[in-house]
Amino acid sequence: MPQLLPAPRSWLPIFLLLLSVTAMIATPCPAAAENLQLEQGLTRLVHGNFKEKETAISRIATSGDPRAKEILAALLSGKLYRLKKDNTIVYARRSGSRADITGVLSGKSLGMVKKRAIKKITINNRLRGKLRGLLALIDLRSPDPAKRLAAVNKLMPTLGPESAATLEDILQTEKNTKVRKALLTARAIIDLRDDNSDRRLLALNDLQGNLNPAVKNELTKLLATEKDKKIRTKAEATLASIASKIAFYGLLEKIFFGLSLGSVLVLAAIGLAITFGVIGVINMAHGELIMLGAYTTYVIQQLMPGSIGMALFLAIPAAFIVSALVGILIERTVIRFLYGRPLETLLATFGISLILQQSVRTIFSPLNRSVSTPAWMSGSLQINPVLSFTINRLTILVFALLVFAGLYITLKKSSIGLQVRAVAQNRSMARAMGVRAARVDALTFGLGSGIAGIAGVALSQLTNVGPNLGQSYIIDSFMVVVFGGVGNLWGTLVGGLTLGVANKFLEPWTGAVLAKILILVFIILFIQKRPQGLFPQKGRAGA
Amino acid sequence: MKTRLLTCTWAIALMLGTLFSGQAKAAETIKVGILHSLSGTMAISETTLKDTMLMLIDEQNKKGGLLGKKLEAVVVDPASDWPLFAEKARELITKDKVAAVFGCWTSVSRKSVLPVFEELNSLLFYPVQYEGEESSKNVFYTGAAPNQQAIPAVDYLMNEMGVKRWVLAGTDYVYPRTTNKILAAYLKSKGVADKDIMINYTPFGHSDWQSIVAEIKKFGSAGKKTAVVSTINGDANVPFYKELGNQGITADTIPVIAFSVGEEELAGIDTKPLVGHLAAWNYFMSVDSEVNDNFIESWHKFIKNDKRVTNDPMEAHYIGFNMWVKAVEKAGTTDPAAVQKAIIGVTVPNLSGGYAAMMPNHHITKPVLIGEIQDDGQFEVVWQTPGMVAGDAWSDYLPGSKDLISDWREPLACGNFNVKVGKCSAK
Repeated sequence: MPQLLPAPRSWLPIFLLLLSVTAMIATPCPAAAENLQLEQGLTRLVHGNFKEKETAISRIATSGDPRAKEILAALLSGKLYRLKKDNTIVYARRSGSRADITGVLSGKSLGMVKKRAIKKITINNRLRGKLRGLLALIDLRSPDPAKRLAAVNKLMPTLGPESAATLEDILQTEKNTKVRKALLTARAIIDLRDDNSDRRLLALNDLQGNLNPAVKNELTKLLATEKDKKIRTKAEATLASIASKIAFYGLLEKIFFGLSLGSVLVLAAIGLAITFGVIGVINMAHGELIMLGAYTTYVIQQLMPGSIGMALFLAIPAAFIVSALVGILIERTVIRFLYGRPLETLLATFGISLILQQSVRTIFSPLNRSVSTPAWMSGSLQINPVLSFTINRLTILVFALLVFAGLYITLKKSSIGLQVRAVAQNRSMARAMGVRAARVDALTFGLGSGIAGIAGVALSQLTNVGPNLGQSYIIDSFMVVVFGGVGNLWGTLVGGLTLGVANKFLEPWTGAVLAKILILVFIILFIQKRPQGLFPQKGRAGA
Repeated sequence: MKTRLLTCTWAIALMLGTLFSGQAKAAETIKVGILHSLSGTMAISETTLKDTMLMLIDEQNKKGGLLGKKLEAVVVDPASDWPLFAEKARELITKDKVAAVFGCWTSVSRKSVLPVFEELNSLLFYPVQYEGEESSKNVFYTGAAPNQQAIPAVDYLMNEMGVKRWVLAGTDYVYPRTTNKILAAYLKSKGVADKDIMINYTPFGHSDWQSIVAEIKKFGSAGKKTAVVSTINGDANVPFYKELGNQGITADTIPVIAFSVGEEELAGIDTKPLVGHLAAWNYFMSVDSEVNDNFIESWHKFIKNDKRVTNDPMEAHYIGFNMWVKAVEKAGTTDPAAVQKAIIGVTVPNLSGGYAAMMPNHHITKPVLIGEIQDDGQFEVVWQTPGMVAGDAWSDYLPGSKDLISDWREPLACGNFNVKVGKCSAK
């Protein structure tokens, strides 16, 4: 089926067809109530064969019926069903084991039916692409400027000279500056293929510094065939300026990726910075405390299925409490008998980590649990065509900084913080001053564990929630704490972000596997040179 | 004195105990070994296969067992630890005297047990799709070889979707590396230029996909239709697909076709942003056939949870177990040597409504299905091979193996016969 491949030239006939469609759809058709072509299209849609469905979609689109758009949109979003008993096509909204159905042609509600009585009308990728193209053409005349912009961008890679007229037509009436700009870009791309060399030169002027990928591809294509020397030099210069801009935004993007990876490392490590840094316990079960936080998120989401976002907020204190309690339990029952014996602590906590993993496996099954992401945390913040920040990463970056600030203030300003620092700096002196050191130990361990739980809430949005979640972060956490300087929160923050950025700068030219190894080698060398880490702790405990 | 007496009594009791239980059981049951990890990283995938085997054995016993005897499952836990796989396999064969073993998931675990099965001449049924380039007298490969999964999948993208640029992304171990080597050779034989192929490897459990996905996006914006062929394994898939969704890569711009993502893996993901991405398997839970409906029903009943999904390796065990049963009935004994002879040519129904036959190279015939992910975590079949495809142990696209064939029938009985030289390379 070569004519269906997305090469611009072979799209020509379809495109022409579609253009006529839009014109028709835009003008309301008086015979809307009984449209033979629409009905025929719908009948064809019932058949399982994807080729038949493709012709059916074209028929519906060219029917000129005002209902066509809604039908195509429903088909794309999977809301179009057929009744099994008589193959009537309906819109359906599923709720539990039942579904609320509405007739497509009549627009009247047909009441509730059992879920098994209807079957979804399935589509494949090719149909999905075709539907998006058709809807984009319709959306070009949408009253919502955001939709118009999306439609122009959607059409950009498949522009043909024949769409010039439509675009010109829309350009006449377009008021929104963003949409105008996109339309002008589209027009310039079409002009680049013009036989008239003046037009090509003018188009080049319009495309200066334009970052749309379609522009770059078009310029590369132009350079392959262009004979005119003046145009060639100009096109080369334009392409070079675009490339340097892309490189600049690529750098920004890389820094963002690095900071985001760093923020995850900081979140995972900051609890450890307290337990390991302040009371000197090598807690191998730290990763499992993170995992408990993630599972808490899962449980809370299960308890309130209707409001995912709210559940996520509630999960933050809940995960803190769960992990803190487990942490205090570990400290009171095991670790307090092992203070001053680091090897035994290491082995005992490693054992605890295995016990926690296996108990999660028994309670929740070894399978990963699915934690949903609220809609406001999905997608990305588009700065320009080549630079966008994913919103979940951005949220977690901000969240990590908030957790850091909260912890820092707690340690610096609160009375418990003062006691924690006192015990860390000089245990016997603190006891002499009336600080109950044993209680402070338990609370400090609880605080560190609780922060690990909060990290688990954030990680549940990025990675798998499964029994092995903790294992993948324990090594990284120790790395960050040792690199940053034991017992120093600032060290953990700077250390984590530095390692994240370094990793992301290494990754493109060494690959992910080697980048990790190089970072590890770098830390080993660094620790040889500066055993105290980036920010050595001052005072007796640090000596 | 007292202690010695006690030891003596213990020893006698133990001896009697083993004697009795040994005799009593050997007389009336046939033991079947199940070698799947129930703890550690692979437990996520392998526990299900252990349960599948228990169900199949249970059903066979309800039908009256095998050769007039009941079947008895012997379950061991190799704990995702590759050397432990070999130890446990030896234990199953020599201590428990199992008639056959069903097990392993990763290629490295298979490579670890292979010498044990060859040394002790026992049988292993391996249910997972793998990289090929292997044929052992003692192993039956009931999962897909590359020509039953990877090659047809690439063909589909090339011919039906017009893909011109390829990203081969995989986890860094033997299966993705070998598969990608075969695919790169295949793509080049079809005229794809070097600059249109991007190969990328990531460590196990990789969770930070930002820069790789950004690179794929850049690679895909060059104006030619681009697709990702993913051999990314296990846990790493969830953050990979999440990142794809967040960076706005949808199935109609850059489709991803995966060889290791099935219903079980999707059960841990919110699949709405993934609708339309593809997977190539030989079985999908959504396949419309009566045997499949029955299988799903008995699975739900056995596992006591009607939300659990079925997947391709489960079907492979279903086929492998039934083939073994049929071969034992044909040979009239569970002796591995006799079963090895009897099983070649055995044909049993598969779950998609056709039949699977054991080929002389110890691989089986399978249909190849391409499915698109739906928003309910299931796959919708969009394409399938017109007939059955026989598994090919040695790839036709690699220089070292294209002259090799495998045929375990007498008189050839060779796993890597070189047709050019006319010799069995290693026996």
